[in-house]
Amino acid sequence: MTFSKGVKDGLPIGIGYFAVSFAFGIKAGAALNSWLLATFISMTNLTSAGQFAGLQIMSSATGTLIELAIASFFINLRYSLMAISLSQKVSPSFTTSRRLLLATGITDEIYAVSMAQKEKVNPIYFLGLMTLPYIGWSGGTLTGAVCGQILPTMVVNALGVALYGMFIAIVVPPMKSSRPTLIAVFIAVALSFAFFYVPFLKENVSTGFAIIICAVVASLVCAKLFPLSSNATESVDGKEVK
Amino acid sequence: MIDFKTYIQFLAVMAGVTYLLRAVPFILLKKELTNPFWKSFLAYIPYTVLAAMTVPAIFYATESRLSGICALVTAVIASLLGRGLVVVATVACITVLVVDGFL
Repeated sequence: MTFSKGVKDGLPIGIGYFAVSFAFGIKAGAALNSWLLATFISMTNLTSAGQFAGLQIMSSATGTLIELAIASFFINLRYSLMAISLSQKVSPSFTTSRRLLLATGITDEIYAVSMAQKEKVNPIYFLGLMTLPYIGWSGGTLTGAVCGQILPTMVVNALGVALYGMFIAIVVPPMKSSRPTLIAVFIAVALSFAFFYVPFLKENVSTGFAIIICAVVASLVCAKLFPLSSNATESVDGKEVK
Repeated sequence: MIDFKTYIQFLAVMAGVTYLLRAVPFILLKKELTNPFWKSFLAYIPYTVLAAMTVPAIFYATESRLSGICALVTAVIASLLGRGLVVVATVACITVLVVDGFL
C-alpha cells in the first residue's frame, strides 16, 4: 500500500478519464467560450455525469442555482454510498483531516479499485491512486477545450466508450465468479433498461436518480437474498475473504 | 454565454454539493459496520452502480446504436477472457471505430 502502487493502479483510470474528459472539454469549451473556465469545472468536481448535467444547466438560459444544486445532489448521491462503503475499507491512519483532503478522490473507478484491494487502504496509497485520474480528468478537459473541433466526431465517440469499457472490466470478473453478484448486476441492468425505455420513468426520473434507484434496489434485494455471512469463504467479488 | 460572476456561483454550488456528498459520509462513518445485511448491501453497490451506468447508456455513447452494442459485446468478451482495464477499454474503442468506420 505505497504511493507508487497507487499511481500504478491509477494509470488505467487516468487514461480512461482523459478520453471522457476530453469530450467534456470540447463541449464545455464551446459552451463557456473559455478553456480556463471549462478546466476549472473538472478540477473542482471530478465527476462525469454531474459535470455533464451541470454544464447543461449552467449554459441554459433558464438554469438556476437551485436546479443545479438538486441535479448535483441526485446525480452524485451515489458517492455518499461509496464514501460510507469506503470508510469500512480504509486503515485507521485515515484521520478526519486526511479524509477531508482526499474525499474529492471518491469516484466510481477510484472507489472500485480501492475496494478491490486485499488490504486496508491507507491515505498515501489513496493519494497515489487519485493522482493520475485527477491529472487525466483535468488535463483531458483542458486538451479537449483547446483542441476544440480538430478531431472528427467519430474518433471522439470511439474514445468516449473507453470509460464504459473500464466499467465492464470491473463488473464482469466478479459476475463470473460470484452468482449473487451476477444476479445483482442483472437486476440493476433490468431496472436501468426500465428507466431508459418506459416513457413515464424516462420523463420523470433524472439519470442520476435512476442510477441510484437501480443500484440501491438491486443491492438491497441481493443483500436480503444473499447476505455475506461472517464466516463465508467467498465475498461478492468471488475473492477469498481473509 | 454566462458572465464570470454567474459562472463562479454555479461552479461553487456544483463543486460544493459534490464535495459535501463525498466528505460528510466519509468523516461521519468511521466505525466498522458489523451488520451482515448492510455490509452485503455496500459490497454489491459498486457493481450495481457501474452496471446501471453502463447499460443501456453505452448504446447511446457512440454515433450508432450498433457500434455501442458491439462495444458492449466485445468488452464483455475481453473481460471474460481475463483482460484488464486498459485492454478492455481499448477493445471497446477499436470496436466503435471499426463499426462506425465501415457502416
